[in-house]
Amino acid sequence: MTGSPAEVTTARAEEAETGAAPETTADGAPRPRRGRRPGRLGSPWRRLRQRRADRRAAREVSRGGAAAGDLFGVRDLVAEAAHGIGARPARLLLTIVGTVLGIGSLVVTVGLAQTAAGQISRQFDAVASTQVTVEPATARTQGGERATGRIPWDVEDRMMRLAGIEAVGGVSAVDVADAEITAVPVNDPAAAATVSPQVLAATPGLLEAVRGQVVTGRFFDAGHDERADRVVVLGSRAATRLGVNRVDRQPSIFIDGRPYTVIGVIGDVSRRTDLLDAVILPMGTARSDFELSVLEEAHARIAIGAGPVVGEQVPIALAPNDPESVNVQVPPPPSAVQQNVQADINAIFLALGAVALLVGGLGIANVTLLSVRERIGEIGLRRALGATRKNIGSQFLVESAVIGLLGGLIGSALGVAVVLVVSLSKEWTPILDTWVVLGSSVLGAVIGLLAGTYPALKAAAIEPITALRGGT
Amino acid sequence: MTVLEVFADPTPAEEPAGPPPPVIELRGLGRAFPGTPPVEALRSVDLKVEAREYVSIVGPSGSGKSTLLHILGLLDRPTSGDYLLDGVSTAEATEDQRAALRGGRIGFVFQSFHLLPHRSVLDNVLLATLYSGVPRVERRDRALAALDRVGLSHRLEFMPTVLSGGERQRVAVARAVMTQPHVLLADEPTGNLDSENSAGVLDLFDELHADGLTLVVITHDAAVSRRAERSVRIADGTLTEVVA
Repeated sequence: MTGSPAEVTTARAEEAETGAAPETTADGAPRPRRGRRPGRLGSPWRRLRQRRADRRAAREVSRGGAAAGDLFGVRDLVAEAAHGIGARPARLLLTIVGTVLGIGSLVVTVGLAQTAAGQISRQFDAVASTQVTVEPATARTQGGERATGRIPWDVEDRMMRLAGIEAVGGVSAVDVADAEITAVPVNDPAAAATVSPQVLAATPGLLEAVRGQVVTGRFFDAGHDERADRVVVLGSRAATRLGVNRVDRQPSIFIDGRPYTVIGVIGDVSRRTDLLDAVILPMGTARSDFELSVLEEAHARIAIGAGPVVGEQVPIALAPNDPESVNVQVPPPPSAVQQNVQADINAIFLALGAVALLVGGLGIANVTLLSVRERIGEIGLRRALGATRKNIGSQFLVESAVIGLLGGLIGSALGVAVVLVVSLSKEWTPILDTWVVLGSSVLGAVIGLLAGTYPALKAAAIEPITALRGGT
Repeated sequence: MTVLEVFADPTPAEEPAGPPPPVIELRGLGRAFPGTPPVEALRSVDLKVEAREYVSIVGPSGSGKSTLLHILGLLDRPTSGDYLLDGVSTAEATEDQRAALRGGRIGFVFQSFHLLPHRSVLDNVLLATLYSGVPRVERRDRALAALDRVGLSHRLEFMPTVLSGGERQRVAVARAVMTQPHVLLADEPTGNLDSENSAGVLDLFDELHADGLTLVVITHDAAVSRRAERSVRIADGTLTEVVA
């Protein structure tokens, strides 16, 4: 029984090796170190086998020569615990309910908080955090408010040179006095006076700066601007009012009797929604036809996170002599109040989850204790078969830890599902940290471990005699 | 000489000195349970069981049989005297060492079988290998061999609950012998069996004894006791040899 198995036993026999082997070799001398033995020739395999044989011989003595090899190792421990758990599936289900609920509510709370936060920051990212508005500074005077600075006409060129700026456009209202704006020049004194759409002048980059979409046709470009071409782009609502719905036949509108070719219609802007109600002229055209004297506002789209830098550099770029005369609105920080409210809600839900976890842990402790009491006969038998107190205790500990882990896994899965369903129903993007999911599962195992400690100690303390007397 | 010394010394000192030591040797062993007055379950018991012996211990209930079995099985400690297993004193052994000795040298057969109800016959037999250090690669083969030995090869995947009493006890015997113990301790092995099944189990004991196994059977049944080579009577905590 001892000779040949020592030769054929594979490394698997080694893994389960425990501290049972005494630290002395067959001749009672201190064990040689595991490293290379000087002076011994032969292949590493032979050395390994020799070492194994030494250890085997030593262990054999300690086990009384009855057997040598794998003592109750991790694999056996897990296998026995799995059998113990699997023996009563119905009870297992009831046991893990508490943990499932606790871990589930934990994952749902954290998941929904993350999803909601992600939702907020996504909106924030999309517009607020990448949009910059530049206005001339104003001062209150007796005559009312008036601008103290001005935005230069070449605002696009100046700002595009700054790092972090992706698109720039200037915009200004055009004073057309009482000029009538019509699609057809009809002189009908009987017609009721109509309110003309607003006329705005814009630089070519504006469309991109406010994230506008062209519905049909095109937006004007720098060429139109320089040549002061008589072209206009209509906002979608203004186009409807003017009865212009296609531009392929080059319709014209008349402003103060002068014809302007409609080259495009825009819709869907994320800033300056008044653009949709307006007739938009190239800035150069507005300057030459309507004596536009000043740009009121410039919009820019910036890279995420470029806000502080842009806020500092834009005034200098636009008004090097007097940076104070230009106001720049950069993305504001997320609302602190909002965060605080969210933190409060999270705390309440996390507290609920913690209570559920506590109850779950107590449930595991209770059932494991019951199981220990029921399995006294089995414990006695195992002790009689050579199990140490440690073997018994660790078996029950692993059982309750695995029950906790199961509860954690199921709870996490359910929690993820709930987050997913809620996100879908609200059309949010579900966001959930992988580590939260994995961590909660592990937390379940930890709770199982803690809950199982007392029952495991109880089980380990059971005397084999009393256990065997009970019988099963 | 204590167990501890043997642990460090691979060649037991007795070995060159002629005959092997008795498997079991009790020297003036006593076991008293605290109380008012203290109950003396065993009083100065001396007993030697040589290797390959088949000994029965008989006595009425309350005579100290179970206490003696628990001490022989290292499940209980004597309050006085010494118990030598394979010539080595167990008085100084720690709990873990005693557990190792139980796993490695002693096989138990109980009156109530003590099989795990939710585990198959094969699993129940394999249970004994967990704590006795049988190499993993050998476990299954040895369990199969042991079950074959007791004639239950056709019941491997059965649950103990569907087996007859005799079959259950044979599973228990297979579990006890598969670790190749030095001594098999049986506590009323036929107590829960009808006469036919009892005879089967006792025949099995005879075969195991013929194969060289040392057996100690504790019983109150004269029929069981008669099958042993040697019989010892226990009454009021003292042992007397029964001369056949």
